[in-house]
Amino acid sequence: MVRKVKSGNLFHGISGLKNLLSRCYIGLIVLFLYAPILVLIVLSFNRSRSRVTWGGFTLEWYGQLFSNRQIMDALVTTLVLAFLSALIATVIGVLAALGIHAMRQRNYQIMMIFTNIPILNADIVTGISLMLWFVHFMPLGFGSVLIAHITFNIPYVILSVMPKIRQMNVSLYEAARDLGANAVYGFFRVILPQLLSGIVSGFFMAFTMSMDDFVITYFTKGAGVSTLSTMIYGEIRKGIKPEMYALSTIIFVTMFLILLAVNYWPEKKPAVREEQRF
Amino acid sequence: MNDVILQLDSVSKSFEGKVILNSLDLEIRRNEFITLLGPSGCGKTTTLRIIGGFEKPDEGRVLFEGTDITGFPPDKRNVNTVFQKYSLFPHMSVEENIAFGLKLKKKSGQYIKDKIGYALKLVNMDGYESRKPDSLSGGQQQRVAIARAIVNEPKVLLLDEPLGALDLKLRHEMQRELIKIKKEVGITFIYVTHDQEEALTMSDRIVVMNKGLVQQMGTSKSIYDEPQNAFVADFIGDSNIIDGIMKADRLVQIQGVPIPCVDTGFGKDELVDVVIRPEDLEITAPETGYLTGRVISVIFKGAYYEIKVRAGAYDWSIQDVNPAPVGSMVGLSILPDNIQIMHKPHSEDAQAVREEE
Amino acid sequence: MINRLKSVNKRIWLSGPYAVWVFGFTVIPLCMIIRAALTAREGGFTTGNIVAIFDPIHLKAMLFSLEIAAGCTVLCILLSYPLVLAMRQLNMGKKGFMMFVLILPMWMNFILRILAWQMILSNNGILNFLLRSAGLGELSVANTGAAIMIGVVYDYLPYMMLPIFNAVAEINEDLIEAARDLGANGFTVFCKVIFPLSIPGLLSGIVMVFVPSMTSFVISDILGGGKLQLIGNVIEQEFTKSMNQNLGSGLSVSLMIFVLISMAFTMKNDREGKRSAIW
Repeated sequence: MVRKVKSGNLFHGISGLKNLLSRCYIGLIVLFLYAPILVLIVLSFNRSRSRVTWGGFTLEWYGQLFSNRQIMDALVTTLVLAFLSALIATVIGVLAALGIHAMRQRNYQIMMIFTNIPILNADIVTGISLMLWFVHFMPLGFGSVLIAHITFNIPYVILSVMPKIRQMNVSLYEAARDLGANAVYGFFRVILPQLLSGIVSGFFMAFTMSMDDFVITYFTKGAGVSTLSTMIYGEIRKGIKPEMYALSTIIFVTMFLILLAVNYWPEKKPAVREEQRF
Repeated sequence: MNDVILQLDSVSKSFEGKVILNSLDLEIRRNEFITLLGPSGCGKTTTLRIIGGFEKPDEGRVLFEGTDITGFPPDKRNVNTVFQKYSLFPHMSVEENIAFGLKLKKKSGQYIKDKIGYALKLVNMDGYESRKPDSLSGGQQQRVAIARAIVNEPKVLLLDEPLGALDLKLRHEMQRELIKIKKEVGITFIYVTHDQEEALTMSDRIVVMNKGLVQQMGTSKSIYDEPQNAFVADFIGDSNIIDGIMKADRLVQIQGVPIPCVDTGFGKDELVDVVIRPEDLEITAPETGYLTGRVISVIFKGAYYEIKVRAGAYDWSIQDVNPAPVGSMVGLSILPDNIQIMHKPHSEDAQAVREEE
Repeated sequence: MINRLKSVNKRIWLSGPYAVWVFGFTVIPLCMIIRAALTAREGGFTTGNIVAIFDPIHLKAMLFSLEIAAGCTVLCILLSYPLVLAMRQLNMGKKGFMMFVLILPMWMNFILRILAWQMILSNNGILNFLLRSAGLGELSVANTGAAIMIGVVYDYLPYMMLPIFNAVAEINEDLIEAARDLGANGFTVFCKVIFPLSIPGLLSGIVMVFVPSMTSFVISDILGGGKLQLIGNVIEQEFTKSMNQNLGSGLSVSLMIFVLISMAFTMKNDREGKRSAIW
């Protein structure tokens, strides 16, 4: 039973004022979070190469972006890296979560401690320790960065799938087995659908974290590879190429539209909102 | 007037355009056990929440001992609620849960301790002081919830389907205990349930609600024996409800057969609803009953058999201690006393009855 | 409660690949960094690299890091609760919207976002332009600890807000009504019900904010003007500039030890042992 109560109703007389204050506060936080993004979007349309002066509106950087070999290479590397690392981390993470959930209390806790290490540890420590290990058996490059990203992505997958496993209705799986499904069929048709929302958000988190990572990539990448993050870091002193603003704006707006579509379309009807309430 | 503790004065409430309460008037007397009974969506829980201060009515007033408390928040009302899903604070022990309200009232430590002891004894939970709610069973949690509410000595205790989540046996046990607690603390209980048996067992007075309107108000017995409309008849206990025509005072025609009854004051040839309880129908030889029909099913129910007899287009439901062979023709007979005649719905109030069917 | 599937021991093997991964890429690398930390630059065993944290210059960076991290954590907490309560007040308890607002900025590269803050906060920046236009004088926060603080709070705020939001969103409205019913006003409801029940989320948030804000060398690089050093900057420079991997590892290990101790302390207060999931 969904009990969705308008908490505003609890504060009869002053609820109007409280609502107004709440709106203002949320607005301020959103402004805080999005102000720099706004600045970057404006810069992507700035004719002047300087960061501090406005030289008029232009789409020039968007045009030049696609012929900039370096940026395009970094973009492809970043996207491939994010996709592969998220995918592999999701597969390993989902299986791991199922296995860990079946463990006894003690082993369960031990595994969860290991799972928390990459999250608890400072990025810089994770990056350095992986780098110190990689140099013993493989050249630093795309492969080492990929392994590093998978390593820090798996915990996000496990942590988003685990709650779904705890909520999972085990008897559905048993019912499927009872009706003649083998373990694999039962897994794909009964277990996986129940975990799907956790898996999707785990994959999405992993993808996002990988896209946004700088520190671990920086220490494990070696000379040849660069992602957007490491490329931008290298340009800080020289000055960021305006095409980079254009690219970031495109990525941001694309994600904004995708997330908007996922969240608000098709309009989910608030089906069981008030009906159950009387 | 002087024994009315709580009064709802034409209270209306809508959610998202849907009318939940339609100008409800209700008077609740001091120290009575009153039950709001009805199907889900009838407005009973909303009524309780308006009394508790969790919802504000769109129109109308709530009077508590003559004072208008419509705009008062829950913490400023001298009523306490026992919630359907217990709603014990999971981070507090049983003791801390019960002490919650008393601490807010700045009672002394000794007073609180005594009160906790008394309340836990009252609900048969002494010894559980330091347990956490999630280590208790549903029934135990509900006992603690009751204790937590009554230590505050509210003048009115609101109970929102408090036994809904318990299994049948425990429910019966808790019903008896609630009556015991009610006697002991001597305050007004307003009880919400959709379980008619629970309502009939416990209440001094029952308010049957549907579609935001009061269908009937009265003692258990009067509601069971004399339902005022087909909805109440159908909702309280099992009933045969069938169309009839009043041929004259004390004579109703059912399925073309005139049958004596005790009701008077209807118009000649008025269309009416006729209610007959299954236990009031008697199976006879085909030639001696008012109606004849064929037995279509017989189910053993323990204390009686539930027999379905198809007469014309209507399947009669009959409860009898003796079975009848399926497929046989039988007669149905009834005492005039046991026929309940009701007007067909014509007013808006009664329309709610029709829609429900 | 014993989960029935827990008896199906075969399922444990599903975590096999992960166990191998953890061993290969978490356990061994940690051993490597500890080994490097315990090795002198010229070879041979030493604890000098770890104890080096107490060198005045390192200690200064460490203390400054602690200052930034503690300030950042406290500010994030103070900013998060009103937001969470505001969301509840407006009945926007939906997780989707919150995730949307907090995660979306991560899709603008984080170094660029910090650079944007540099433009906002610099002496001739946007903030001062706005302040001057409004006739409110000027602020000079550029290249100060305050600028770094704004940067870390900006970057890590979502990691505090999300777990607290999730913990509070899970609180059943019934509990709040029960508290109101028993005589608690809005403030008491927060102190006695909402806050205690949000503690698992709060602890997750502290863990997710404190450590990273201590070591984020990029933010202090950009917003501190290269003069103010966090422990992260020191470690980074040992690897990239001074090329003293052993000293860098040693400082990393002492940082890890510190983190472990403070986390153990945090976890100890989390008696239930069920930190709420972050996402």
